[in-house]
Amino acid sequence: MKFSDFVCQDAIRAELSADDKESVIRELVSALVESGRVAESDHEDIVKAIIKREELGSTGIGRGVAVPHTKHPSVERLVGTVGISHDGVDFDSLDGEKVQLLFLLISPPDRPGDHLRALENISRQLRDEMFCKFLKQSKSCADISQLLEEADNNQFVS
Amino acid sequence: MKSTLKPVLAMETLNVSKKVMVQNAQGLHARPADLFVKTANRYSSSIEVTKGSETVDGKSILNILTLAAEQGTELEIHAIGDDANEALAALTELFEQGFE
Repeated sequence: MKFSDFVCQDAIRAELSADDKESVIRELVSALVESGRVAESDHEDIVKAIIKREELGSTGIGRGVAVPHTKHPSVERLVGTVGISHDGVDFDSLDGEKVQLLFLLISPPDRPGDHLRALENISRQLRDEMFCKFLKQSKSCADISQLLEEADNNQFVS
Repeated sequence: MKSTLKPVLAMETLNVSKKVMVQNAQGLHARPADLFVKTANRYSSSIEVTKGSETVDGKSILNILTLAAEQGTELEIHAIGDDANEALAALTELFEQGFE
């Protein structure tokens, strides 16, 4: 699976303004609502589900990266977005570090395979330190889109 | 003159492996992967996990997640070190219990 298979281009946020875990999740779900991928009426339910999932264990997987996610019946296919917080957000990460890079995923309940393959793609690409560093330094949505596209074209993975 | 050298123990580095099956319906997603890595890091042995032709570091969640191991996937866990048997037993048990 590639980034272009699940990242909604117009929901990418290069400068997240929220400075705590719940607000940053809310900001990214709002981005998906604004891009038309998620209905406004499902916004609150999805935010709550993602936060509930975080309570089971942080999705801050280290290297300043978090992958907040949930299953939700309102989506027919996996939808996701990417956000950068330049100041970093305290996410109770596994390594204790603040999170700058967030990949938020919402998947249909009956498609665990797609969710796994999205996680696979994200983690595989982020093992590359240059990709991770460039992404965190991105200042615009266009920069992020370009990096994701390059990653999809195997420019980073050795 | 009396020797002050301590007797050198014959330290044998254990090298063990076992095949396991991913049983839980959701596969090895973020939470089980986190549990696996936390368990692996309790031991000094090095841990590797193999799926098909790919072998990754079992102590790194980024590495475990790249396996995208779905339900029914066969994996091989490989432990090398003094506490390899204990590590392998603990990690195997996670799979047997479906990461519950």
